[in-house]
Amino acid sequence: MAVNATNRAGRINDSVNNTPLLDEMDRQIILATQAGLPLAPRPYEVVAQQIGTSGEEVMRRLGRMQSLGIIRRIGAVPNHYALGYRGNGMTVWDVADEHVDELGKKIGQLDFVSHCYHRPRHPPHWPYNLFAMVHAHNRQDALQLVERIAALLGEHDRGHTVLFSTRILKKTGLRLPL
Amino acid sequence: MHRYSKNLQQTESSQLGFLEKHLLNDFQHNLPLVPRPFALLAEELGTSEQTVIETLQLLQNRGYISRVGAIFRANTIGASTLAAMAVPEDELENVAGMVNSYTEVNHNYQREHHFNLWFVATAKDETALRQVLQEIEQRSGIAVLYLPMLEDYHVDLGFELQWT
Repeated sequence: MAVNATNRAGRINDSVNNTPLLDEMDRQIILATQAGLPLAPRPYEVVAQQIGTSGEEVMRRLGRMQSLGIIRRIGAVPNHYALGYRGNGMTVWDVADEHVDELGKKIGQLDFVSHCYHRPRHPPHWPYNLFAMVHAHNRQDALQLVERIAALLGEHDRGHTVLFSTRILKKTGLRLPL
Repeated sequence: MHRYSKNLQQTESSQLGFLEKHLLNDFQHNLPLVPRPFALLAEELGTSEQTVIETLQLLQNRGYISRVGAIFRANTIGASTLAAMAVPEDELENVAGMVNSYTEVNHNYQREHHFNLWFVATAKDETALRQVLQEIEQRSGIAVLYLPMLEDYHVDLGFELQWT
């Protein structure tokens, strides 16, 4: 399987010569940890015992996957609903394709935006090509954040809307497709 | 300090204790790759390893955190996409259940919009991914919007809220 890696800028690059960046042990480490690390004094050692290697090797490989950009970070995955964020809006914007990179970078830097992506539009049903997640305590606050993005975009904003989530129907960690 | 820290402390001051808040806020830094990472966190927070582990367990049990683990970058392992469907209200439960039955689907949200079902699917490659979406279309009779990430503009400073 050809695996892609990304550099720090988030750009996806093909792996050199199609050589898989992950070997079988990397995959076993991912499989063993994707539901979470064991909350034990020596978590990497516990994982190592499950897959028959050493804790040092698990740490080394996790560090390598981090430096390759396959792993963004290792840490607590917060549940924003439980933490009091009730105004979670997916804001979507229609901006000219030739400006999307420049505008996306500006929005991606805003401190109230957790994710900012360029995605394809599907006219006529879906005209939007820029997505930004905003998180606030309630909808009123979230709508103010949407207005701040609109002000930043100015005349580049050819149309936008915000979709609030009303229910989480499923949320699991990544299931490695193997 | 982290971007969400201030808000967190304002909102949750009545519900979360000092250590819990710090464990959440300070987790913007990576869990260190050392033999006893929780001991290192404990040292920084002036408490014991056991207390850190118990507190993280409590946060997890209460649902404030879903897990402590690695966050993978989209599209580095296999292929993934955001997808959306406009499902008639009276079919929503059934269609959502059918979509959720796929192990390839890891997130699924109901949103207030004509496109009211939004999910993230991950498969071993793009062909397999498209096959899942096609199957969902065929079984539901409802078109699936295919919205893969083309570019990621977010500067990840850590403690991100996990979405897609």
